[in-house]
Amino acid sequence: MLNVLLRRLFQAALTVLVVVTLVFVLFSVIPGTYASSLQADKRDVSAEVLERIEAELGLNDPLPQRFGRYMAGLAQGDLGVSYATKRPVADMLSGRVWASFRLACAAILFAVCIGLPLGFFAAMRRGSWLDTATMTLAVSGLSIPAFWAGLVLMYVFSLKLHWLPTFGYGSGGLKHLILPAITLGIAPMALLARTTRAAVLETLNSDFIRTARSKGMSERRLVLRHLARNAFVLVLTTIGLQFGSMLGGSVVIEKLFAWPGVGSLLIDSVGLRDIPAVQGAILVIVLFFLLINTLVDLAYLVVDPRIRYR
Amino acid sequence: MKAGANLYVGGGIILLIFLLAVFAPLIAPYDPVTSANLMYAEEPPGAQFWLGTDEQGRDIFSRIAYGARISLFIGLAVQVMNTAIGVSLGLSAGYIGGWWDEIVQGLTNLMLSIPTIVFALALMAILGPGLPSLLIALGMTDWAYSCRISRAQVLTQKSLNYVQSARTMGFGPLHVMFRELLPNISGPLIVVATMGVGSAIMAEASLSFLGLGVVPPNPSWGGMLSSAREQLMVAPWVAVFPGLALFAAVLGFNLLGDGLRDLLDPHGKGRK
Repeated sequence: MLNVLLRRLFQAALTVLVVVTLVFVLFSVIPGTYASSLQADKRDVSAEVLERIEAELGLNDPLPQRFGRYMAGLAQGDLGVSYATKRPVADMLSGRVWASFRLACAAILFAVCIGLPLGFFAAMRRGSWLDTATMTLAVSGLSIPAFWAGLVLMYVFSLKLHWLPTFGYGSGGLKHLILPAITLGIAPMALLARTTRAAVLETLNSDFIRTARSKGMSERRLVLRHLARNAFVLVLTTIGLQFGSMLGGSVVIEKLFAWPGVGSLLIDSVGLRDIPAVQGAILVIVLFFLLINTLVDLAYLVVDPRIRYR
Repeated sequence: MKAGANLYVGGGIILLIFLLAVFAPLIAPYDPVTSANLMYAEEPPGAQFWLGTDEQGRDIFSRIAYGARISLFIGLAVQVMNTAIGVSLGLSAGYIGGWWDEIVQGLTNLMLSIPTIVFALALMAILGPGLPSLLIALGMTDWAYSCRISRAQVLTQKSLNYVQSARTMGFGPLHVMFRELLPNISGPLIVVATMGVGSAIMAEASLSFLGLGVVPPNPSWGGMLSSAREQLMVAPWVAVFPGLALFAAVLGFNLLGDGLRDLLDPHGKGRK
């Protein structure tokens, strides 16, 4: 168990290292990033001043030297200073991580609360209208452009019915969270309904369920004791993977709802060519994804003792 | 759902969009770009403008028709690139094995740990907006699944007789990989690639929606939606119709993919 844990952590750390290097190198090979960030910001600076700033920021140093400096800073939690706001990137991110995390949790909650029961009952009543409706909903949910669904929800629930605010974070209450969370949760909900249905159907066909049935076990006990537990292992993967990629998937949704999360910082920084902020945001998104994935892998060991890692 | 229904519905939707794209100049009543006329800004759908006009007075139906060209072109081109990369890497990793396999697997895991849209965003930041950047940013970032699947398939087929006999007959690794193995594992790959066209179309729309994709005033479904939020109150049709077109296109490719899977894998083993 400890061995597996260490191995997973090592793999995750290695991936982070490679991603950091890759992102750094990608953004460093393009010359004049600082100058173009000024252009994007529509600020005019004379050539001498530009040169001085670039020298101050150390942008003219050789690549290995800059990389060493960046990594040394990273080890101390220093993500560099934003070109656009002149603030430390770590500070800019800290509040936004919480906003994105809240949104991701709410979206997953929505997906699980709707998708799980839908998939489960669809499988139990295979071929019924509920099954057909769930499968139609699932394929639509996976095909619908999330930002468009968000626009439609915004139109109906904010502009027409005036039930919910259109966009923004508000004072951090639940009202502002509902629409973005549902929008972000649609695709995971659809996927979860589909996976749950498939997992339950597969489990229903397995030998131990047949045995339990032939023993005369009550349907209720069968479902709760045997089926749910076994199907859960398959469903857990989907939840974990969806949750992990939530921070990345929320990029467009955060922008649409003006949600002050990591995703909207990433997009704004890309627009401003604010490279340190872009690097920081990507790093946070990848870290989050790897963290969740590692946790899901470890959760398997607890839920399903048959799984043993090499 | 009846077997085969997915295939026909999906195929039908795509055929319609394809026709719309090909015959856009004949079907579209107005020019998608130059017809801007503030006299007709934000006209609701009606006889003159079937789906209404946007804030610059451009006919939305015409822009959707021309936008279909961009969506389909990017979707298909990007998916060809991704499939070519994924299949080449996966085939060779599974067939050759050893250190090459380790490298490819590491690379695949790396790609899977960065959300595609984030990777594409980063590349767009470096390359700047526009069609060529879009093709590179999307065409090189979504190959992990086809790579994994082709590798897994090769591993199960590698020891089969037809591969062994091809090798004994003295065919080189390239011939065995692409002429013997590839045709035999193409079923699941076609399914993945079909669905991938849908996600590529969606990714292009997302980037254009964020203002980092197709450069305006060129008509792109995602780009059309980006200005829609501000006018949602006065002109909701600006938001509705491009989104519907996008939804239909992605749904079409997903249904076609589902249908192809049922067709190519009748035992339902690979069904999700």
